[in-house]
Amino acid sequence: MTLTNVVTLGLAAQAEASQEVQEASGLISTTWLLIALPLVGAAVLLLGGRRLDRTGHLIGCAAVIASFVWAVVLFVDMLGQDGHERAFTVALWEWFNAGGYEVRLDLLIDQLSIAFVLLITGVGSLIHIYSIGYMEHDERRRRFFGYLNLFVASMLLLVLAADYLVMFIGWEGVGLASYLLIGFWQHKPSAAVAAKKAFVVNRVGDMGMVLAIASMLVVFGSSSFQIVFAGADGAQTGWLNAIGLLLLLAACGKSAQFPLQSWLLDAMEGPTPVSALIHAATMVTAGVYLVVRSAAIYDLAPEARTAVILVGTITLLMGAIIGCAKDDIKKALAGSTMSQIGYMMLAAGLGPAGYAFAIFHLITHGFFKANMFLGAGSVMHGMNDEVDMRRFGALRAAMPATFLTFAVGYLAIIGIPPFAGFFSKDRIIEAAFGDNVLIGLCALIGAGVTAFYMTRVMLLTFFTNKRWADDAHPHESPRVMTWPLWALGFLSVAGGLGLLYIGGGIVDWLEPVTGEEHHDLPVPVAVLIALTMLVVVLGAALAWFMYQRRPVPAEAPAGNPVTVAARNDLYGDAFNEAVLMRPGQYLTRSLVYVENRGVDGAVIGAATAVGGLSARWRRWQTGFVRSYALTMLAGAGLVVVAMLLVRVP
Amino acid sequence: MNPTPYIVLATILFSLGSAGVLLRRNALIAFMSVELMLNAANLAFVTFARMHGNIDGQIVAFFVMVIAAAEVVVGLAIIVMIFRTRRSASVDDASLLKL
Repeated sequence: MTLTNVVTLGLAAQAEASQEVQEASGLISTTWLLIALPLVGAAVLLLGGRRLDRTGHLIGCAAVIASFVWAVVLFVDMLGQDGHERAFTVALWEWFNAGGYEVRLDLLIDQLSIAFVLLITGVGSLIHIYSIGYMEHDERRRRFFGYLNLFVASMLLLVLAADYLVMFIGWEGVGLASYLLIGFWQHKPSAAVAAKKAFVVNRVGDMGMVLAIASMLVVFGSSSFQIVFAGADGAQTGWLNAIGLLLLLAACGKSAQFPLQSWLLDAMEGPTPVSALIHAATMVTAGVYLVVRSAAIYDLAPEARTAVILVGTITLLMGAIIGCAKDDIKKALAGSTMSQIGYMMLAAGLGPAGYAFAIFHLITHGFFKANMFLGAGSVMHGMNDEVDMRRFGALRAAMPATFLTFAVGYLAIIGIPPFAGFFSKDRIIEAAFGDNVLIGLCALIGAGVTAFYMTRVMLLTFFTNKRWADDAHPHESPRVMTWPLWALGFLSVAGGLGLLYIGGGIVDWLEPVTGEEHHDLPVPVAVLIALTMLVVVLGAALAWFMYQRRPVPAEAPAGNPVTVAARNDLYGDAFNEAVLMRPGQYLTRSLVYVENRGVDGAVIGAATAVGGLSARWRRWQTGFVRSYALTMLAGAGLVVVAMLLVRVP
Repeated sequence: MNPTPYIVLATILFSLGSAGVLLRRNALIAFMSVELMLNAANLAFVTFARMHGNIDGQIVAFFVMVIAAAEVVVGLAIIVMIFRTRRSASVDDASLLKL
């Protein structure tokens, strides 16, 4: 699809997603290797002990790179197949069979999953290589690489599973690995707390996943993709909406979407390569994948789809606003990730009109966000791990490679043609306008705010006046760190054009999985593109006026109420604390009270009553034979009297 | 045959026996009182057997005698043992079977 034929599309055209899933044979049946390689890498690194301290990072990199190479081989093999015969199941073994439920450990490799696999292993490999340099002086580097491998393996299982329950293993594995990595510097209390927060917030989302799977078992009698998607047509809309909303809850947890977004900003406590991995290749993309993969359900559940759009729109604005006020370079980028994932969710909520664009933006975002995070890590590396942008400034001369690659990522994310973000984000804005003008306007405003906060990050870090700490001696990072930056920088430039136009492009590639649909636009596409560019330039210009024209203070000024709110993550934590945590605490406290006084009281009271009574009655046992004899006599007398009274013959 | 005198006698014997068990402290006297109560019962059994003209009651009376004899064997042995260890035959002294 090109720009011109979008313009000429007058009528809504729709193509149903339809392709037969085949049993894998030949090369494709080795799909399990993709997961096994990093998994074995993780096992070797984590169980190998100190012997591997010197070579651990190389083993970790080799495992992921091997997985990437194998993914490329499989991708090339798939390219050789016909366009609608590229979906395969790889049956491994029966996991369990309980009652009427049979769960098989099957893998599904199709156009959608191979796109994810290439992104995860490709960007993952670059991040692994970068980490060699970044974590060089950390004595637990081997363990770090073990966790990274585990992260990649879990994510691969997540995107390759052919059953929601199998997917859930990867889902939880990602949660575990993110916990381990965010809290990698566990000696810092803030890191330990952030890891715990990420884990707990993710559990809320997992609850949705578990309930969704349970609902599927009730409605379809199975959780395998094939049966669920085939049965979705005949299921009740109420059930489909419920499953859709529960899956959305799960997606919100993993992808840090409103209202489960609070963990993402704290997750910046982890080492920077982890942030890059979480934000670009793994973890936060899982929610988008889940929604797109469940297309068959969302297509028939309009209310759930509306909820996806709303969540995406709210998050994209929230993330953008938060990104505007953060002085911590990583947190500003984290706000931007929230916002960009919001765009993807929004696109995924649009149904077949947006699925492919959601994935497209996800991949380009993976390139430029990994690029910028690693760039931020490179800046921190040269600045004694300083993260406060108010302590940076004028770094472009000291770090030319970091500056250039970061600038490319910057141009890509704000959507300047021909950089990658322009193509993907513009498609989403178009699709949003095609669905609803209001949603489209929100996406448009989001693009402007994105331009503002990214320009701010760029200016504060690489331009403006020097505000360095006294002991800072900024220097360029070693080559092992800049090389991945150049690679990602190249992808940020060429990724958008390449994905869109080479060999029919990603939209055609994904069409058999996601379907395709076009809506009428209220205004011509050219006008929309011009409007977007105008908004972007306005946002960037505003940032230029605010930060470049006069010296930036090294201490953050008090700021207006909006800034203060954005600095506090729009009071997301305060909201959680007031609405969920405190009532929850009161609830548990009152339940403990009821438990102590009510339940325990009844049990202990009964025991005390029996004990007291028996202490009294014990006195009857005097030990005197004659008193026993008297009791017996009285008893016998009673029996006689009773017999006389009732006249028993 | 009029059973009343026999039953009255049995009642008197039983009352004497039970009064002995309840009032006397000496284990041997209490034991003899128990025998008295058993024999009062025997007397009643035999009387009623005569009255009804069958021998069921008399058989039961024999059983009672046999059991009484066995009881005497066990009971006396216990009493003798208690007397040996505590130098007393008072039933009130052997009151340890309590908390």
